[in-house]
Amino acid sequence: MIRHDYSRVDPKRRANVNYKKRQFAKAEYAQQNYDHRLNFYILPPTAEITLEEFETWAINRLKVLSELEACSFRNRSPEETAEYMTSILNKHLPLRSNSSRSQQLQEERKKDHYSHFILRLAFSATEELRKRFSRLETALFKLRYKDDDIRERREFVNSLNLDWEEVDETEKKMFREQLNAAGGGKKGEEMEWCKVDWERVPDLVEQRRVFVRKGKAYVPQREQMSLVVAEFTRRLDEALELTSRALPRLDEDDRLSPILTHLSTSFSTPDSGFSTTDSQITGLDTITAHSIDTLSSHFPACMSNLHSTLRRDSHLKHYGRLQYTLFLKGLGLSLEECILFWRKSFKLLTDDKFAKEYKYNIRHAYGDVGGDANRRGRGYTPYSCAKLLTEPLPGPGQAHGCPYRVFNVENLTGMLQRMGVGDKEVLRGVKEDVGKQRYHVACNRVFEWSHKREIEKVRKEGSWSAADLDTIVHPNTYFKRSWLLKHLGEGNVGVDGGRMEE
Amino acid sequence: MDTQDDSSRTISQADSETQDGDVAMADATTEEAQKNSKSDVKLEDLFDDEDSDEEFSSSTTQTTSASQDPSSQAAPIKLTSKSTFSDPEIIRAFYQRLFPFRYLFQWLNHSPSPTTDFSHREFAFTLPNDAYLRYQSFPTADLLRKQCIQLLPSRFEIGPVYSTNPRDRKTLRKASAFRPIAKELVFDIDMTDYDDIRTCCTGANICHKCWSFITMAIKVVDVALREDFGFNHILWVYSGRRGAHAWVCDKRAREMDDPMRRSIAGYLELLKGGDKSGKKVNVRRPLHPHIDRSLNILKPHFTASILAEQNPWAAPEKATHLLSLLPDPVLKSALQKKWEADPTRPSVEKWADIDAVAKKGSLSKSPRELVEAKQDILLEYTYPRLDAEVSKKLNHLLKSPFVVHPGTGRVCVPIDHRRAEEFDPLDVPTVTQLLAEIDEWKGDEETEGKKVADWEKTSLKPYVEFFRAFVNGLMKEGGGMKREREEDAMEF
Repeated sequence: MIRHDYSRVDPKRRANVNYKKRQFAKAEYAQQNYDHRLNFYILPPTAEITLEEFETWAINRLKVLSELEACSFRNRSPEETAEYMTSILNKHLPLRSNSSRSQQLQEERKKDHYSHFILRLAFSATEELRKRFSRLETALFKLRYKDDDIRERREFVNSLNLDWEEVDETEKKMFREQLNAAGGGKKGEEMEWCKVDWERVPDLVEQRRVFVRKGKAYVPQREQMSLVVAEFTRRLDEALELTSRALPRLDEDDRLSPILTHLSTSFSTPDSGFSTTDSQITGLDTITAHSIDTLSSHFPACMSNLHSTLRRDSHLKHYGRLQYTLFLKGLGLSLEECILFWRKSFKLLTDDKFAKEYKYNIRHAYGDVGGDANRRGRGYTPYSCAKLLTEPLPGPGQAHGCPYRVFNVENLTGMLQRMGVGDKEVLRGVKEDVGKQRYHVACNRVFEWSHKREIEKVRKEGSWSAADLDTIVHPNTYFKRSWLLKHLGEGNVGVDGGRMEE
Repeated sequence: MDTQDDSSRTISQADSETQDGDVAMADATTEEAQKNSKSDVKLEDLFDDEDSDEEFSSSTTQTTSASQDPSSQAAPIKLTSKSTFSDPEIIRAFYQRLFPFRYLFQWLNHSPSPTTDFSHREFAFTLPNDAYLRYQSFPTADLLRKQCIQLLPSRFEIGPVYSTNPRDRKTLRKASAFRPIAKELVFDIDMTDYDDIRTCCTGANICHKCWSFITMAIKVVDVALREDFGFNHILWVYSGRRGAHAWVCDKRAREMDDPMRRSIAGYLELLKGGDKSGKKVNVRRPLHPHIDRSLNILKPHFTASILAEQNPWAAPEKATHLLSLLPDPVLKSALQKKWEADPTRPSVEKWADIDAVAKKGSLSKSPRELVEAKQDILLEYTYPRLDAEVSKKLNHLLKSPFVVHPGTGRVCVPIDHRRAEEFDPLDVPTVTQLLAEIDEWKGDEETEGKKVADWEKTSLKPYVEFFRAFVNGLMKEGGGMKREREEDAMEF
């Protein structure tokens, strides 16, 4: 047998062997030159920075990202978000265009570049963090892409070398009608299209904003953002995966890892808005299956709609059941009582069918069964408004979701009137809010109207702080606040132990 | 490797699997029983469950010994008028003699010799006692057949291909090493989603009239998948009662991840909003080519199947719904007056009234708006209503073709999309009928030196042949690509 000398590399392969190190081949720990304002963050930074810079830059970017996330939770429109973010971006992470001829241009871009890579390290550890980071970085990229100078943006896109196939004249002629219809372009307007595999623009396909033929999507010039953004996300996701694999080797470094851990933990979880204190209400007896009907007068529209649908049909479809079960769980209804509640509500079912097809799901929602993670996490958290407002719309026969978003105006008005909201002023306000897609504002408007007297009272007495009367962004908060307000002076001072929510 | 050995491994694993499931259930029941001993949940029911579980495990062993040699020709089944579709004897005979395991294997395996496409594929069985057995997998078609004959599942479902063998999932050190990697893109169209617009039947019942909803759906979805997305291997399957499934088997479709599946489902989905959202169709103008094409396909069906057969606006409250879909208040009140005088006026005339009354001058909006509203209404009453959740997830399970629907006894046969109109769900053979046909077979047992298979003696034959042709087409594509690779290799 021939003994291989493993340390020796076949001369033909030598050029390829250190592929991981190749990007550092010419590193010499030097500054990079940033030609464009936008950055795909392909090359990691190689120059030296101080430990302090390391931390402050990361914190600044983190601040920007969490504000951006808050915007999506508050259901702000893209325009509102852009407006809101301008000042924040200018303060924490300014990034000027080439035309500004600013002295700090390279400095700013360096900070943007480095902070991105620092956060990558901090947020690559778990699948959940990676997803969140990638979502927020994509949102930030999109925001910047939109307000970038058009010429500079084109230069940037060209520098990316994305392989796009231009649609030629004959094809343009052949599909002129389809192309115009799908792209929504005006008649007679000359447009350029490029042809890509439809898989690269899934969101445009989903919304039917492009013409699709034989697996190719014909993307109009102005929708290119979607392509670029998708590419950005794809590359970032891949890179994050790689980073997470490299992460264990970093553990030995005792200067960076504490900073990184600190960064990732201070990035609060997205499920905010619900805390277990929401289910502890002083003065409220233990909730049982029988008391739900009485308590339903305190339910927000989304839940009282489910409740009345359930009473009407003696049935609810899957997502309706899930949304309602979690809400009831949030009220503090025990698993046994919850099963009993559903059993009694589904009058038309046999015990056998109920036990077989429905019980498991209820128990799963409570974390009584299911995988380890589900049990340890005690099932799912009750849905917040943000969750209800970002879910896909319900289909035929389904009743879940937020009525302010799902119902048309007539049905919404009808439902509100049945809930006892008769005031014309309020109904008009609701209509306006809904028209502007401010669904939670509409819901809060209804709440404030139906608890007008009580709110005035606690305001006057000063027994509730301003934070206790903050905008409601969770159905369970709606219930709790409603119940407490309607039971003022029955032994409860109002709020137990300070704030209502975290 | 000894086959005997191999099969016993499969069995014992399956057993431990069931026990797994049972342990969880049994745990739950006792827990429940303790918790609920005070409340008024029926305890007997809970314990019933446990009893039947035990019964099941003993019955498995019995059947194991009973069907030692499943390949041997079984004695003719005695069919009596009392036989039901889920009789163990009937089910066993069906799996033994009729179910086309070979073609099912080729279909999922994409080549004649076993690959991980088949052996890492999840199967899930619904057992006679209604226990649900997930994460089953089989190296070959024969072992799947054996397992079916032993466990007699009332039906089984097909899941995704996993990165490792589903049976080994608990032995992996890292949970992330076990993940779904490929599955056909599937669609599920079910009549329940049409309940608010069909007038002929309700719930689980169907008739020829309402089957036309499914026919329309098949035509619209099929053409979109072929022309827009360029898929070629689409298998439509009757779901056994009141719906249809589609399996898109192209390699490109099988390897799609969840976001891509979601985007195709969204592309095809048109009706949005629950019961209370009012107008369910609000499409952008100009119409997207896909919607435009669908509209043209659906127009003739709307006149024939909807207006004439379904007569959806005969009842006054349904007519009110129709009015609510129109944008023009003047037109609305004029129509309302007209229909109040004659509330049971058939839908064809009511539909014609809209234009007639509008022409007479009761139109305060542009004619174009009315045309668009009418298009939207047409789509609301004809456009496919997909159970989109099924399509969006890679790891969603769907009932296998050719299993028997336990309620109707009908076999889930493939539907030829080119002749979708000719498909008659009430004409699909039931399992008992098929078994009777085998016994009635009078022809030779051999043709051209080949033994005639049992399915060839029955009315299942055209369906199996159709499936075989479909599978051959699919395998040819897979094989072609393989040959290309080999040629590449030759160049060295």
